[in-house]
Amino acid sequence: MSTRRDFLKTSGVLVVGLTVAGDLVLDAQGTGAGPYPDLDYKQLDSWIVIRPDNTATFFVGKTDLGQGTGTAFRQIMADELDMPYDKTSCVMGVTDVTVDQGGSGGSDALQTDGYPMRRVAAEARRVLLEMASVRLGVPVGQLVVSDGVVSVAADRSKRVTYGELIGGRKFNTTLTGSNINATTGAAQLKDVNQFKIVGKSPQRYDIPAKVDGSLKWAVDAKVPGMLHARNVKPPVAGAKLVSIDESSVKNVPGLVKVVSKGNYVAVVCEREEQAIQAARQLKVEWQKPTTAAFPSSEDLYGFMRTAKPTSSTPPSIVGSPDMAMMTAAKVVEAEYEIPFQGHTSIGPAHAMADPSNNQLTIYSNDMKSYGMREGVAQFLQMPKDRVRVVWMEGPQAYGRTAADDAGFEAAYLAKELGRPVRVQWMRNEETAWDTKGPAFLVKVRGGLDAQGNLVAFDYDARAADFGHLGYNEADTVLIAQLMGIRPSQPNRGSSAVPNEMYAIPNRRMTTHVVSLPTVWETPLRTGNLRDPNGPQSTFASESFIDELAAAANTDAVEFRMKLLTASKEDDNGFKRARSIACLKAAADAFKWDTRPSPKRVGSGDTLTGRGIAYTYRSQTVVAEIAEVEVNRRTGRVWVKRLVCAHDCGLVINPEALRRTVEGGLLHAVSRTLHEEVRFDTEKVTSVDWVSYPTMTHLDTPESIEIVLVNGDPNPMRGDLPHYGAGETMLKPTMAAIANAIFDATGVRIRRVPFRNDRVLAALKTAKV
Amino acid sequence: MASITLRVNGTSRTVDVDSATPLLYVLRNDLDLHGPRFGCGLGQCGACTVIIKGEAVRSCIRPVSTVAGAEITTLEGIGQNGKLHPLQQAWIDEQVPACGFCQNGQIMTAKALLDKNPTPTDAQIRQGMANTLCRCMTYYRIQSAIKRASKTIASARTESEVIA
Repeated sequence: MSTRRDFLKTSGVLVVGLTVAGDLVLDAQGTGAGPYPDLDYKQLDSWIVIRPDNTATFFVGKTDLGQGTGTAFRQIMADELDMPYDKTSCVMGVTDVTVDQGGSGGSDALQTDGYPMRRVAAEARRVLLEMASVRLGVPVGQLVVSDGVVSVAADRSKRVTYGELIGGRKFNTTLTGSNINATTGAAQLKDVNQFKIVGKSPQRYDIPAKVDGSLKWAVDAKVPGMLHARNVKPPVAGAKLVSIDESSVKNVPGLVKVVSKGNYVAVVCEREEQAIQAARQLKVEWQKPTTAAFPSSEDLYGFMRTAKPTSSTPPSIVGSPDMAMMTAAKVVEAEYEIPFQGHTSIGPAHAMADPSNNQLTIYSNDMKSYGMREGVAQFLQMPKDRVRVVWMEGPQAYGRTAADDAGFEAAYLAKELGRPVRVQWMRNEETAWDTKGPAFLVKVRGGLDAQGNLVAFDYDARAADFGHLGYNEADTVLIAQLMGIRPSQPNRGSSAVPNEMYAIPNRRMTTHVVSLPTVWETPLRTGNLRDPNGPQSTFASESFIDELAAAANTDAVEFRMKLLTASKEDDNGFKRARSIACLKAAADAFKWDTRPSPKRVGSGDTLTGRGIAYTYRSQTVVAEIAEVEVNRRTGRVWVKRLVCAHDCGLVINPEALRRTVEGGLLHAVSRTLHEEVRFDTEKVTSVDWVSYPTMTHLDTPESIEIVLVNGDPNPMRGDLPHYGAGETMLKPTMAAIANAIFDATGVRIRRVPFRNDRVLAALKTAKV
Repeated sequence: MASITLRVNGTSRTVDVDSATPLLYVLRNDLDLHGPRFGCGLGQCGACTVIIKGEAVRSCIRPVSTVAGAEITTLEGIGQNGKLHPLQQAWIDEQVPACGFCQNGQIMTAKALLDKNPTPTDAQIRQGMANTLCRCMTYYRIQSAIKRASKTIASARTESEVIA
């Protein structure tokens, strides 16, 4: 029988931190069996441990969502510290041994959290140099450091390693900073041109254990005496529990308990297959609500069009849009529709909670493990220092675990039963009840003057996002909702305006949020899906820019370039200059031939075309070009080739970045061609991979080219920032594909996804 | 409950479980194997794939009683003599995984494919892998890695022929 400690010790990637460096930290903090007080971010020892063998472990408050951020953290910290990359390791997201940097989200790992990481590593180097100065008897200015070895510049035989200076002991160095992001010591950051590891592509350290089967994931968390639980979800949104017939499961072997509170129901058994059987077999009487929970997915946009918004932002106005529209030579109008889309992780939600020692340990893949700790402590009314979350690798879902239901459920059940409990959602639960990216309805009008210049732009977006879920909140996670717990007001939700640097003299942009009839205990609850609103708003705006270019009979790149270069004003991140650089880089890489769209429609079954779209997110800029084949007989769209010019400032690991961008592009292709949550008026009917199709190997493009751009006017500056790269690439893809379909066929598709039947119907209507 | 003997990765293991239990739960919970994973329980995604008698099998819908005595290979068992299988090495060389959760199914499905057809065309790779899903959309790199492994296997064959 394995023990809890063995489980941690043998858990693959985690072993690095918790067996070697972790023990040291655990001893220092007196944790292990609990309690688990917050780590002090103002102590250098909370961030970095150096061992006698001259290896270092970094402890960071982030999680890695399969994008290699852990590898990147090691690169930036090893470079600031002057340690060889392969002598470092990294522990992430375990709440009692790492400081709370918030976990992951918003693609800010390097953009924001990378800076305190760099500063603490630089401070450790500074302290070590001072120690070496005493040890070697020369001033710091006469020392050189390389690969964790400090030498006297004039006599390299006089040397001492970091391990000899500090190995196994604490720094006891106090840092400053009013919050974690501001954490700093006295040391200065390096000029990025001095970096030796940043800019290179060490292989991701987490991959070998993921391909040989040795990694222990959060799904593998197992301790002695652990029970298995399954939820029994309400059959329709807003259903009320009337009664449970426990005799319906009395023949299920291993049944430990049927648990219910409010409308939350779960079965707990000794073995996993028993829990599955009990959940299927349990007879529960539910009372359905008397009114429809929501319009069906077929009627969604009609509902959104006429719904009274729950909130509207005051329009942001430049110039006189109404006047300019009235005097325009040509006015173009269009409306775009983007459905609810699911996170639909390849692995449904799961977590294991262990209530031993009157503490609570939750083993979870929650991207925001610190938030879960806080939320669970509140939910169960436990002191925070008795709760810890051990973050482990899990199936990626790009925002799903920001509101991690399974962790709360496991914690609740473990506390109820006084035994470790593992919760695993089934596929139908995950696909139907995970959090959804909000549906959007966007109306855009544009006015062109007689020369084809864009003189007026009027954008109005409605998002079905009322009640958007917060981060692991004790009163909005699903188990809380089902138990009747509510915040006093639902979250207002948000809509979005396009992100571009176009100089348009007259424009108005308005956004609204609308609510579905049912806000609570509904499977159509919205959450952060990889760039929460960006793909939707960018689909509308960048499709529309293309419509305007076509109306002006102008090439789509040329039309955009004119809008970008019409102003010389730039922001402090040089986004205009970088937008121009990306647009040009994408067009060059694609070998874009300048001509208006659409091209002359071909005669065969397969029509080909290309489309461009561009946007930014925060300070990361992308321009994408899609080449598509449209099958005239079947309506099938194949994205044959993708080019993405990507500027996220300083690139830490080019190869890992390329793969992250590729994956993001294809995630967007999947959302463009296949993904739509379907529902009738009482429940979500997308419940598996047949009713919620995703991209497969068959859809894979023939070629994907990522061009890494550095469009900074001073590209070699020593303080070149490292911006986030986890989401921006998803934003323009839908529009690039729609624009390519238009180029190929002359037909404009304005509703996502571009399923075969929809495309075929549009082609037939247009007699293509 | 029934006593069932399984042959997994060359070792015989006896478990005492309900005979209808899907093989996946026995591998994971009784035999502590972590390669095969639960993704859908419906045989749709492939995350639970193991190889039985040369076929890629979805262990989440295969009752354990039906595979008693058959040679079952999991991700943990495809390497030989302490060396990774060429597919696993190709997965590292190409840096295929993003989150990596589905990659068990990708590698095991690809192994069954290459075992039958060591030099598949691009179209055969796409078709052979069509029902094995990845939500990080690493398909582009998976296909490159299968081609790389196919070459490694072919050159290893040529070498062993030369030696023979």
